[in-house]
Amino acid sequence: MTPVELHEPVSEPVDQGPVLEAVDLRVWYGTERGPVKAVDGVSFALQRGEILGLVGESGCGKSTLGRGLLGLLPDGADRDGQLRFQGRDMLSLKAKERDAMRGIDLGMIFQEPLTRLNPLMRISEHFEETLRVHDKSISKEEIERRSLEVLRLMGIPPTRYNAYPHEFSGGMRQRLMIALTLVLRPAFVVADEPTTALDVLVEAQIIRILHDLRRDFDTALLLITHNLGIVAEACDRVAVMYAGEIVEIGDAREVFTRPRHPYTRELLRSTISLRTTGLNYIDGAPPDLVEPPAGCRFHPRCPDAMSVCATREPVSRDHGGGTRAACWAADLADGLVTLDEHEKAALPREEISVADEA
Amino acid sequence: MQTKPDSILDISDLSVHFQLQGGAFSRVFGVRARTVKAVDGVNLTLGRGEVLGLVGESGSGKTTLGRALLGLVPSTEGQITYHDRERGDRIVSALRGQKLRELRTDLQMVFQDPHAALNPGMTLEEAIGHPLVIHKIAKGEELHRRVVEALEKVGLSPVERFLSKFPSDLSGGQKQRAVIARAIILGPEVLVADEPVSMLDMSVRAKILQLMLDLKQDLGLTYVYITHDLASAKYFCDRIAIMYLGRVVEVGPTEEIFANPRHPYTKALLAAIPEPDPERMVPRDLPRGEIPDAANPPLGCSFHPRCPEATRECGWESRDLRALIEEHWTRRDPETYQREKDLVGDLEVLDEPSVTARIGKGGSHDVRALLDRMRAEDEAEPLWSGVDEIQDDGDGVRVEFHPADGPPLRRAGDVDVACVLYP
Repeated sequence: MTPVELHEPVSEPVDQGPVLEAVDLRVWYGTERGPVKAVDGVSFALQRGEILGLVGESGCGKSTLGRGLLGLLPDGADRDGQLRFQGRDMLSLKAKERDAMRGIDLGMIFQEPLTRLNPLMRISEHFEETLRVHDKSISKEEIERRSLEVLRLMGIPPTRYNAYPHEFSGGMRQRLMIALTLVLRPAFVVADEPTTALDVLVEAQIIRILHDLRRDFDTALLLITHNLGIVAEACDRVAVMYAGEIVEIGDAREVFTRPRHPYTRELLRSTISLRTTGLNYIDGAPPDLVEPPAGCRFHPRCPDAMSVCATREPVSRDHGGGTRAACWAADLADGLVTLDEHEKAALPREEISVADEA
Repeated sequence: MQTKPDSILDISDLSVHFQLQGGAFSRVFGVRARTVKAVDGVNLTLGRGEVLGLVGESGSGKTTLGRALLGLVPSTEGQITYHDRERGDRIVSALRGQKLRELRTDLQMVFQDPHAALNPGMTLEEAIGHPLVIHKIAKGEELHRRVVEALEKVGLSPVERFLSKFPSDLSGGQKQRAVIARAIILGPEVLVADEPVSMLDMSVRAKILQLMLDLKQDLGLTYVYITHDLASAKYFCDRIAIMYLGRVVEVGPTEEIFANPRHPYTKALLAAIPEPDPERMVPRDLPRGEIPDAANPPLGCSFHPRCPEATRECGWESRDLRALIEEHWTRRDPETYQREKDLVGDLEVLDEPSVTARIGKGGSHDVRALLDRMRAEDEAEPLWSGVDEIQDDGDGVRVEFHPADGPPLRRAGDVDVACVLYP
């Protein structure tokens, strides 16, 4: 595989379809108690240059999905379903072929930049290592030219090229990590909580950089975050994950203005923002993914739950405005299904005490 | 000291400095130890029954100030006075040993990380009752009764389910409830809560804040709420003090701070909060850079290198020139960068803070021309307003900046603000 030249225009792939496409993707971990269904039947597609935000509480499978897409899973975990990258079937690849795609086609930006940089290596050496893995014959001049170009786009002055990681501030280190990922020009990048460890002003700077990636690199980005504000400001689309499933996905503005799934709505309501006038929260905690609840997995915590929700699993349906959601109550509201009186009856809510809180 | 009758804690001219030891090298060769001014001349009053927010980025000194209030770090200068209704005034900053321990029954702390704040080897009953044992206040039946009472107050019920649990059995929200139970069991008057919800999942943050508001109501508590999150401070606090690099830059009633932010740092913090509002887009005019090294703070106003509203009076200096040249180079092509780098020479000479900056080795005429080009490229850059004159100096130039002191806190409307824009 030859790396794409940075100066030449990126060649248009023949296939104009999505960069990445997952259909009914599952990632399960084996444990003594049985499989943990961390990602359980997830479907979505990501176009070139598109930013998809992935939100949900801790323990809903966001990080597992992100890693699963890149094949970065521990022993004892397995994927099935379908996953295609630029039309190529990713799940039938041999381990060697899969590893060769990492970095050059598939990139990852981690949360804690300091733990990902080698304290004994200069920044120039980090770039050298990264570029050499994929092209052994690359010259020193070429490495410097390409590295400085991407550093410049991240706002890191060329004078710092030979500095060590400890000489950089936290925000600069995260820019370095982004630069190290992008110097290989991957078509798809997963960023897992890239700003969680940063201060609010630096966080805003990094979000601006991520938001501008498509302009400079044409990269498709999956941005995993617990911060709904970041999604609203930086993402084109948003996927809301609950208990291993995507319960709602659509245009970010549309989903935030008109959330169809009660989980999305309650998540938005529980976020404390500058416009908060009262405190709201979701009772209870996400379920154990070894034995998730029957029917809709959110039904024990859902304020809108009906008796059908406890028995039959909702299907992801198109709710207009480009939003897909898996919720019986939303289906009913949008006239997508008819339910009999018994099915529509409000589900008596069991008392959820602090004993079950997240 | 004259104090208002309703104040519970008075902080006057408080400074907390830390000496940096340096490495083995600097100790052997006697390089002077550096001092970090974590808290630098802070004056604040905490009213009885109010919630005071200390808001700022990491490195702003908010946590150190909070710890100093409880005597957990020694104060270098100034004093903290606790107005105890029963026992009269006590100078927190002067208490040591047994006297300091006695203070714990009145002033308590809720820590940020509930996973680290509980001893993993203690059951909840032991952990929450521990303060009563240490202060020899209760034992046996009485101890058990008071632990049960505290658990009920923080909503950890049915109590029997929790008494024998270990921290590892609990979720983040439950642990933070236990930490709060331990903090209130001695019946304190003041709780210093250091980022009490920032480690928790967003779905329970509101729940814990609601619990703290309920407890304040029931127990008549006074809170110091330390946070980097302006949104929760807006909801939670009566008054807010914005801190930057060890100093309070703006302090006033919450409504006023949010309705009419005055300090450019406060404005920047407000603009940078990511809001789940579909109508808002990524803010474009963010302050550049990051919070500077507290061991080597900027001259003049600490915020001036990042300030979008900076003027000639803000304390421009040599390091600002270095940052500007480096930023300029991120926009040059490699050849131009190399040429200009040879012209300017070593930038490290600018690292010693000074209002005089000497740069260049390629001829004074060319260096001056480069600076002129940079200036013409961005006339709005506030640094240039701080330049008094540029003189030829050998094969380079000497840039003289307008000297300035950091602005003190001054009254502006209903708030106090430390900024030259509000003289």
